Amino acid sequence: MPDTDREKETPLWEVFVQEAGAEAHQHAGSIHATDAELALQNARDVFARRETIKSIWVVPSHAITSSQPEDEPALFDAASDKIYRHPQFYKTEKASDND
Amino acid sequence: MVEGHFGRTTRIRAMSEEQRTKDFLSRIDAKETIEPKEWMPERYREQLVRMMSQHAHSEIVGMLPEGNWITRAPSLRRKIALIAKVQDEAGHGHYIYSAVETLGVSREEVYRKLLDGSAKYSHIFNYPTTSWADIGMIGWLVDGAAIINQTMLARCSYGPYARAMLRICKEENFHKKQGMEIVSRLCRGTAAQKAMAQESFDRWWWPTLMMFGLPDEKSKNTAELMQFGIKLRSNDELRQRFIDMNVKQAQEFGLTIPDPDLYFDEDSGHWQIGPIPWEEFFEVLKGNGPCNRERLDAKIRAHEEGRWVREAASAFAEKRAKRRAKQ
Repeated sequence: MPDTDREKETPLWEVFVQEAGAEAHQHAGSIHATDAELALQNARDVFARRETIKSIWVVPSHAITSSQPEDEPALFDAASDKIYRHPQFYKTEKASDND
Repeated sequence: MVEGHFGRTTRIRAMSEEQRTKDFLSRIDAKETIEPKEWMPERYREQLVRMMSQHAHSEIVGMLPEGNWITRAPSLRRKIALIAKVQDEAGHGHYIYSAVETLGVSREEVYRKLLDGSAKYSHIFNYPTTSWADIGMIGWLVDGAAIINQTMLARCSYGPYARAMLRICKEENFHKKQGMEIVSRLCRGTAAQKAMAQESFDRWWWPTLMMFGLPDEKSKNTAELMQFGIKLRSNDELRQRFIDMNVKQAQEFGLTIPDPDLYFDEDSGHWQIGPIPWEEFFEVLKGNGPCNRERLDAKIRAHEEGRWVREAASAFAEKRAKRRAKQ
């Protein structure tokens, strides 16, 4: 029986791919690789086999700082009482093509 | 709305396990997507780990029956398609392993359970591919069944699983289409080719119907999986969809369905099949299928023979990191 316990876990990388066009990089998934170069190669094999991908980023998973679900309301709901951040808050004499 | 959302999270912190679960289930009913960091019942997590692991392992083991024909594909066109398909299966396995890891289990741990035989994979990959027609049948029937299942899972409640399924579904149609092309050509070919297709179809028809799992009343996981929004349709519903779709397709190919009891039920508008030989399914699940031992041995051997590659990659990364530190 293989004893994988003795093997080190290879580092985890998050993969972001940019599809052709004006798209931003989007999270695609994660892969394992011993270093950045190999991570890029593995990401290519797993996530860019046929789509028209323009660019790939790989980021060590531990390097990402993420918001926590319990903080999210405080972080993201704050704008609800700031309706002056939306164009509908502003009135002009009559509806025009500029509205 | 906004107020409500804030109120909900504050409430969750003060909630008992039972209340939390109730709140969670109401989110599922409201078709909300669950993301890795959010609270989830332990049972939800366990079911996902079990099901997604099995799914990932199926993609990986699924490379074996098809890989068997790469060197003997009848033309270059067929060979490049088959190589690309088998590579896709590896990719699909990776998408799902990556999604399982978001549930806090390591890939090594998940994979070890495949190798030590404690995790399952789809019973269908324990059948041998004894003729070229089997490659066509796998694409048409096995991938066809997988598409029905995965299209449903692409709308499941767990975000990372749903997103992995979306990626897979985009690629799976090529798999099915190349299989159907193989079957179609054989069925329009010589008498020997047609006989080869029929012989293969006879072997694959019933096992693919079993891929959807036990009948609803006998499936111990279905009710819970549906409550959790992981499965949105029952085993029997999905199986019926597959039957209705493929009875017609088989007729178009000119294949005879190996089921003397099959008939079209005017009232329900569905094809009704005879009894599924479930004893065979249980035997294969128990490890007594034609290829269980062979499949697992192949994966263990691949893992062992690949060990030096993993070690070399680690050593190289260390060396390179040291060299960079010196610069």
